[in-house]
Amino acid sequence: MVEVPVPKEKWSGRIGTVALGKSKEQGGTRSLPLQVGGEAGMPFLSYEAQMPNRPLIAGEVLDRPGELPLQVANELGDAVQDPAAWARKWVQDFAADLVCLKLHSTSPEEENRTPEEAASIVKAVLEAVDVPIIVYGCGHEEKDAKVMEAVGNLAAKERILLGHAEESAYKSLSAVAMANDHDIISFSNLDINLAKQINILLTDFGVRKDQIITDPLMASLGMGLEYTYSVMERIRIAALMGDGMLQVPLVCDTSVAWKSKEAIEEIEGHDGLRDRAVLWEATTGLAALLAGADVLIVRSPAAARILKDSIDELSGGK
Amino acid sequence: MPTAIEVFKLLPKKNCGKCNYPTCLAFAMQIANSKAKLEDCPFLSDEAKAQFAASAAPPIRMIKFGSGKKAIEMGDETELYRHEKKFFHPVAFALVISDSLAQEEIAQELEKARKMNFERVGQVLCLDALAVRNDSGDQQKFVRASELVASMTEEPLVLITSSAEAMRAAASKIADRKPLLHGADIENYEAMSAVAKELKCPLVVREDKGLNELADLVAKVKSTGVEELVLDFGARDMKTLLERSSIVRKVSVKRLYRGLGYPILVQAGEGQHGTLMGMVATMKYGSIVLFDELTEAQALPLFVLRQNIYTDPQVPIQVKPGVYPVNNANESSPILFTTNFSLTYFTVLADIEKSKVPAWLLVVDTEGLSVMTAFAAGKLTPESVAKALEASGVKQKTRRGELVIPGMVTRMSGKLQDATGLKIIVGPKESSGLPRFLKSL
Repeated sequence: MVEVPVPKEKWSGRIGTVALGKSKEQGGTRSLPLQVGGEAGMPFLSYEAQMPNRPLIAGEVLDRPGELPLQVANELGDAVQDPAAWARKWVQDFAADLVCLKLHSTSPEEENRTPEEAASIVKAVLEAVDVPIIVYGCGHEEKDAKVMEAVGNLAAKERILLGHAEESAYKSLSAVAMANDHDIISFSNLDINLAKQINILLTDFGVRKDQIITDPLMASLGMGLEYTYSVMERIRIAALMGDGMLQVPLVCDTSVAWKSKEAIEEIEGHDGLRDRAVLWEATTGLAALLAGADVLIVRSPAAARILKDSIDELSGGK
Repeated sequence: MPTAIEVFKLLPKKNCGKCNYPTCLAFAMQIANSKAKLEDCPFLSDEAKAQFAASAAPPIRMIKFGSGKKAIEMGDETELYRHEKKFFHPVAFALVISDSLAQEEIAQELEKARKMNFERVGQVLCLDALAVRNDSGDQQKFVRASELVASMTEEPLVLITSSAEAMRAAASKIADRKPLLHGADIENYEAMSAVAKELKCPLVVREDKGLNELADLVAKVKSTGVEELVLDFGARDMKTLLERSSIVRKVSVKRLYRGLGYPILVQAGEGQHGTLMGMVATMKYGSIVLFDELTEAQALPLFVLRQNIYTDPQVPIQVKPGVYPVNNANESSPILFTTNFSLTYFTVLADIEKSKVPAWLLVVDTEGLSVMTAFAAGKLTPESVAKALEASGVKQKTRRGELVIPGMVTRMSGKLQDATGLKIIVGPKESSGLPRFLKSL
């Protein structure tokens, strides 16, 4: 019999592990704290190295349901009127590993909710589910600083993943993460060097590496997906080759797929918008998984189910 | 390509200079860089030439099937990751037609396949090939179905049967179409190889057990004299598919192992799972994927994924320069301009659409560079914008007389105003600021 050589790469590096959420024993209230990262090889290649932690699905929850495409709203029903109910639905009905709450209503251009109001939404979500949570602000630099401070202080014992720190604005978020032992998303714009740079800034500032998860900027299928895909592969390869500042788990927000025309508009002469839209997000997520994603933030429950099944199958079973 | 040292070992080491390089080593380095040809050395033995040819052969053999313009080239890949250079031959997608279908049902299937045709950023996305499978087990039906599909289409064909007899009967009728024969397995490989050799068609080698068994079978088939091979390792799940594909690609291009240096064929099956299998094969090293069934809703994401993954990382996808009306732009709408780098264009377009404000979007040809890069490279200048403006005829379409400049390149506002005669309005620095900006305009 011919022996085909198994091309097992001898990587010198390993991705760090990040803990999400704290259990009662650890002082928090999460009954299911989680871990991500820890890979010692390229994604899902078990002959190279077993993945110690399967990638996770975070169900997206918005505090402004009006932004939701109609068909996702239909999948979720009345729950979208209340972030706590929405989060509960993700966990109970759709088996999400965690929940990602986006506090868009705090935007000064929208309802301009106060940091205290935002913190009370976070509190309600934390009470509704027992999984770890991710919290994003509205993207307005000054407002986010205040909102995240209130959120971080309120949930001081829960080890929330806070989004996100970027080169131009990272100090206040880092301070919140450091003061209460939260995790932090380090964001940069589709560039391996910038991804490294923001992690250097964060660690120099005092954030521990085991508190950092990197967001390389997920571009949707058909809208630059290949850039994200290749930047992620490059980040993961550099990390496995020993670049310490890139040895962090990766998070990808696949809800960006719902900005694509093909996901929200009929195409003349072709049917199946509903299935196509769900697959649009699932395809975006599948590409992220094969390129090294550890956490996917997903908008559509149907897409989440496809991605969860894919993770199980790629990992060799449930 | 062998390294300079490997080439050097084959040379006579006379340093005679007849190749026009001072030493054999210098000559070897030129060959390794593809700047000189081995024939320029007059002293090379036939044995050395054969050795060189063997080591210079591509790590994954190129296999062609089909005829005419639609013929498909597979393999000849050299990279593990697209960022290293690029992936050369896009994975081909084929629909399987069962020979148990009646004639009119086959016609319907073909019509459905034809309809699976989308245009996107200037490219046509469609199925590339058709496969006929001997589900009936009946030779006559297989021959008839193959002939029917061949007569109704120009696409390259894959013929699937484990009976060498049925294969010979069907393939000989359409041998001028150079079908891909699927295929040889451990039971039938001698007879099937004979058919492939006789009809000069490429042959799929199928073995589900594992890659060692597959390599064994490949060696057996090769020893019968058939060289044009395609691999089917029979993956039914995404894990097996990803791992076996990755091993085949990596041992071939990085370890220069020749036993499995052929394109990979994947039978994806049907439904959502089939689509996902096709997607894994698209990203990770598949050359042709067969679908038992594919809906339009599944086809488009799959096709676009292929378009994305096979984009040359050095050559960005470009949008056709010109003016595009957004949100039913009219004669009182402002003009915005951006570059023809597809990612930039799509981002700006999406943000204008989000604003719901009617506007004209002028796309300037910057050879696919983004706004800042094009500006720095001198491809986005007051002159190039003015030229694009004139060529597009948009000035006749709106009387508003305003041109919105991307906030990052406000430095050229003054000159742009002179060059266009339009009032320049400074837009946001980031495209995401457009909805708010446009609403306040």
